[in-house]
Amino acid sequence: MASNELTRRDMLTVAAVGTGALVGGSFSSEVASAAEPAKTGSGMMDISLRVNGAEHRLSLDPRTTLLDTLREHLHLTGTKKGCDHGQCGACTVHIDGRRVNSCLTLAAMAEGAEITTIEGLGDPDHLHPMQRAFLEHDGYQCGYCTSGQIMSATAMLKEQWGESDAEIKEAMSGNICRCGAYKNILAAIRQARKA
Amino acid sequence: METFTFSRAADPAEAIMAGAAASTAQQGAEVRFVAGGTTLIDLMKLDVETPKRVVDINRLPLAKVERAPDGGLKIGALVRNSDLAHSADVQRDYPVLSEALLSGASGQLRNMATTGGNLLQRTRCIYFRNTDTPCNKREPGSGCSAIEGFNRNLAVLGTSEQCIASNPSDMNVALTALEATIVIQGVQGERRVPIGEFFLLPGDTPNRETVMQPGDLITHVLLPPPHPGARSHYLKLRDRASYEFALASAAVVLASEGGAIRHARVALGGVGTRPWRSPEAEAALLSKPATRATFAAASEAAVRGAKPYSQNGFKIELAKRCLTSALATATA
Ligand SMILES: Cc1cc2nc3c(=O)[nH]c(=O)nc-3n(C[C@H](O)[C@H](O)[C@H](O)COP(=O)(O)OP(=O)(O)OC[C@H]3O[C@@H](n4cnc5c(N)ncnc54)[C@H](O)[C@@H]3O)c2cc1C
Ligand code: SF4
Ligand code: FES
Ligand code: FES
Repeated sequence: MASNELTRRDMLTVAAVGTGALVGGSFSSEVASAAEPAKTGSGMMDISLRVNGAEHRLSLDPRTTLLDTLREHLHLTGTKKGCDHGQCGACTVHIDGRRVNSCLTLAAMAEGAEITTIEGLGDPDHLHPMQRAFLEHDGYQCGYCTSGQIMSATAMLKEQWGESDAEIKEAMSGNICRCGAYKNILAAIRQARKA
Repeated sequence: METFTFSRAADPAEAIMAGAAASTAQQGAEVRFVAGGTTLIDLMKLDVETPKRVVDINRLPLAKVERAPDGGLKIGALVRNSDLAHSADVQRDYPVLSEALLSGASGQLRNMATTGGNLLQRTRCIYFRNTDTPCNKREPGSGCSAIEGFNRNLAVLGTSEQCIASNPSDMNVALTALEATIVIQGVQGERRVPIGEFFLLPGDTPNRETVMQPGDLITHVLLPPPHPGARSHYLKLRDRASYEFALASAAVVLASEGGAIRHARVALGGVGTRPWRSPEAEAALLSKPATRATFAAASEAAVRGAKPYSQNGFKIELAKRCLTSALATATA
């Protein structure tokens, strides 16, 4: 975990996610070296990124992932780092309206695309219906996975899935919640879908 | 992660030229194309892949699913797994492929993962992914940590004394049952490789996994026209209900006429060192009635010669049950 802005609450959650989030699946033994930061190199790259409607010109090490760019360079820390290996969904953002894992995307690969993060979805005065539904249904405990859950859920509703709870659960399986708030997450998504 | 230079290929020729500068297209390649990045970036973070040059191929015009003149399907290498799974042609004519794709990874990963990248995804053997441990696939001659170690998720078919890594892909199993052809553009022009010849057995060189050569760019995957009247199914068994690799899986394509099976294609996943076509199971099905007894005999034939290791012997029974069940579903 390379961020300097983490709150204590975040830190506690990160520790929990880092050690136990995936136990039970065969991923568990693979998470060990997850949060190692990229070594800094000399060859920087000029990259323009369009995030939440605003254009940003950045000089980045080509190794920088979209996730680290959002958090460390653009200070959009709503997007979270859980595993850094595609195994948890905490880093979910939209690229051209589709949900992806920003931890496995290089910033350079996202040049020219429309990137949306949780900060671009809504703000406290103008919540997105999915954000409101998560609030109303208590779709979280610690909140660490929540931005990823919400980004995943809003994009998922535009994909080809059926109406049943089983379909929602399957469609949302790429977002692990260490706190196990799945029941309320499901209720929130059901409500937002009707909105 | 090691440093690399990043560039974007404007056309296939540029990608091929960049790739051709590498000494190998197998483990240790100095040049790598990046498509979805879900295998490559993951392994670069682990220092298992250390390319000096990464070429982004996402802008190449290879993202279409088209009907082929012979009635088959021509799938671009950059078609995302989610788009392929939801393509109307695939859902109608090759449902086994749609089922296999949707059983893999997660909604986010399928939006990123491409047809070409999925073909070339790497094993999930934990020692391959950990540079602190010996692994013949990653570092030829260093030894195999898995044979005496954690091998619960590894192969029982096609293994060697050098490596028992399983091919983890779901898509590849369906493509094997569908007898897909891989179209490769290389420095010497185009080659068409049947999927049965695309993947190599580990033997003494587990670092070599496919027929890919430096510069080779997968441009398309071709599916033959659907077999008339055939029904197909993909069944995947795993440790949790979703977002998990297969312990055992089966892709089957079957057609019956006059009470007997007239066409049978069978492939297993999760249990083989490559996507595992089973001509033995197919022979045991042909001309037989579609009954539970026939399916059990075919499943027995499919795992004949399977070799259990310290933790993965259960996969032999699991694969049999998986195949029997998939055959029953496809003919129900
Ligand atoms: C957490 C997690 C869970 C997963 N679960 C599953 C699962 O359950 N089932 C499953 O089947 N898969 C699963 N996967 C694997 C996933 O399907 C693959 O990572 C994905 O299909 C790879 O495609 P990509 O486009 O992202 O490949 P990339 O990472 O971009 O590329 C992979 C390799 O292929 C090469 N390459 C890519 N395109 C071409 C081309 N056109 N020509 C030549 N070379 C090319 C690259 O150079 C690289 O070496 C999982 C992955 C993760 C991270
Ligand atoms: S099974 Fe293959 S990939 Fe795994 S440690 Fe042995 S040689 Fe390496
Ligand atoms: S941080 Fe876990 S999937 Fe990206
Ligand atoms: S991980 Fe704590 S709310 Fe999901």
